[in-house]
Amino acid sequence: MTATDVDNSEDLRDLYRELILDHARSPRHFGKLKDATHTAAGINPLCGDKLKLYLRLDAAKKIDAASFEGSGCAISVASASLLTDTIIGLDSPQALDYFNAVTGRLTQAKQNHDISASIDIGKIRALDGVREFPARVKCATLAWHALNAAIHQHSDPASTE
Amino acid sequence: MTRAPQDIPAGVAVLDCRQDFPALQQTVNGHPLVYLDSAASSQAPQSVIDAVANYQRSDHANVHRGVYELSHRATERYEGARDKIREFINANSCSEIVLTSGTTESANLVAQSYCRPRLGSGDKILITHLEHHSNIVPWQLACEQTGAELLVAPIDPRGQLDLDAIYQLLTDDVRLLAIGHVSNALGTINPIEDIIVRARSMNIPVFVDGAQGVPHMPIDVQQLGCDFYAFSGHKMYGPTGTGVLYGRETLLDSMPPYKGGGDMILEVSFKGTTYNELPYKFEAGTPNVSGAIGLAAAVDYLQSVGMTDIARHEAQLLGYMLNRLREIDGIRLIGTADQQVGVQSFMLDEIHPHDLGTILDHQGVAIRTGHHCAMPLMDYFSVPGTARASLAIYNNTHDVDQLIAALIRAKQIFK
Repeated sequence: MTATDVDNSEDLRDLYRELILDHARSPRHFGKLKDATHTAAGINPLCGDKLKLYLRLDAAKKIDAASFEGSGCAISVASASLLTDTIIGLDSPQALDYFNAVTGRLTQAKQNHDISASIDIGKIRALDGVREFPARVKCATLAWHALNAAIHQHSDPASTE
Repeated sequence: MTRAPQDIPAGVAVLDCRQDFPALQQTVNGHPLVYLDSAASSQAPQSVIDAVANYQRSDHANVHRGVYELSHRATERYEGARDKIREFINANSCSEIVLTSGTTESANLVAQSYCRPRLGSGDKILITHLEHHSNIVPWQLACEQTGAELLVAPIDPRGQLDLDAIYQLLTDDVRLLAIGHVSNALGTINPIEDIIVRARSMNIPVFVDGAQGVPHMPIDVQQLGCDFYAFSGHKMYGPTGTGVLYGRETLLDSMPPYKGGGDMILEVSFKGTTYNELPYKFEAGTPNVSGAIGLAAAVDYLQSVGMTDIARHEAQLLGYMLNRLREIDGIRLIGTADQQVGVQSFMLDEIHPHDLGTILDHQGVAIRTGHHCAMPLMDYFSVPGTARASLAIYNNTHDVDQLIAALIRAKQIFK
């Protein structure tokens, strides 16, 4: 029997959905944001994923620009890319709602991820595949922890540990 | 010494001992387990599992204390383990065999007990760019504590030490050379014999991190001539939490205790304490008795298979693995030293090692992905980490074939 004989690849396809691979290959809003008002670093010491998230908040605390840079696996890069896509245009409290919703959704059991009615989880659903891969949940939540840290302007790097 | 892979024709492996390892008889994610992460931690043969269980079942008591039968038995078996390890690496006496919790503790012992009292500003400790964190950080700590300076010898793009550069850095103010026998991340076998001769001619003591050496080749510390040699049980088919520090007796004798507690004393009063003789001076508290017995069983197992055959088997299998890896489009081998144990780091296309690890695991293939606790080395190659397949006595060509099939599957997913 060779490794490809047994077809148990459904979970794997679910993890590496086309949308995830697309965002990993061509991350959106990638690069430094020169006039950022809030930044935070995210480090996953286990696998060496490192990213830096940049936010620009206007006077009304609305996120009018966001970007990220760094290196990581497909899941962490795609997650950061989806994050920036999602939060631009949100008020910072709304963005924190997303942080809670996404981290809750990915770290809790399937049936138990009620989210606030104000949140449209939308294409972030593409990350759901990681729930079957406990070792990879931290990759998917790294950027979101950085978001939380940036909004609160924590001075230490966000870590998933 | 393991021969260079290119000297050995790829072919059928020499050894067939997979059936001795119960962990390898399982399926993972619907596939028979292919375990290629023995450089991180090896599986244990049935004989090691039995030795630990039998001790726990019928011989367990505290050692060096009781006057009763069980304590006597436990002490005999614990000290018997020490003697077996002494013989395995050909140390001169059991006084030179300190049982520790692993290579990391062995390095910390030397850093704190040998370096810290002796070093000051102007002194240097020399390490190499190949080292993993446990052969970097203990010396960094000692340098911070004493004001000494940490020097790092460079490597070449194939992951080999630059001997001329090492010899240039080996000056009179170097108070210790700490060097890995074999690189955990790249598998490079360092020419430590030559380096030790050079260092000793200048009276510079040498600490060898042998965690990746002992499982793969015969080790004779007297022939090597090193001053310290450290290794871990769980990388040589023994239990976790076990390890050894070999130290030259005159040096160990001159070093103060590293930890205080029971067993390391002769006499204690509130005015002061007289320390026990070697090696007990360095073994405070109740030791890992079952672990030491398991480690001795691992030594028995290695000797029954034969270290020379093990080296040949792994070299042959490495040659096969390298040939098969090179067949894959988009493979980049990281570390291509002339002398290498059965460890290979690589990258595939633009796929992040962590993603490779998940996809391979899904097909029952366990490899290590990440920085291998050697971040400075990853920086040298400008990679965030690598995928690393490491071979052991129980691996065979079928395991390598499964690895290759799983890598091709990863390419399909990421195409």
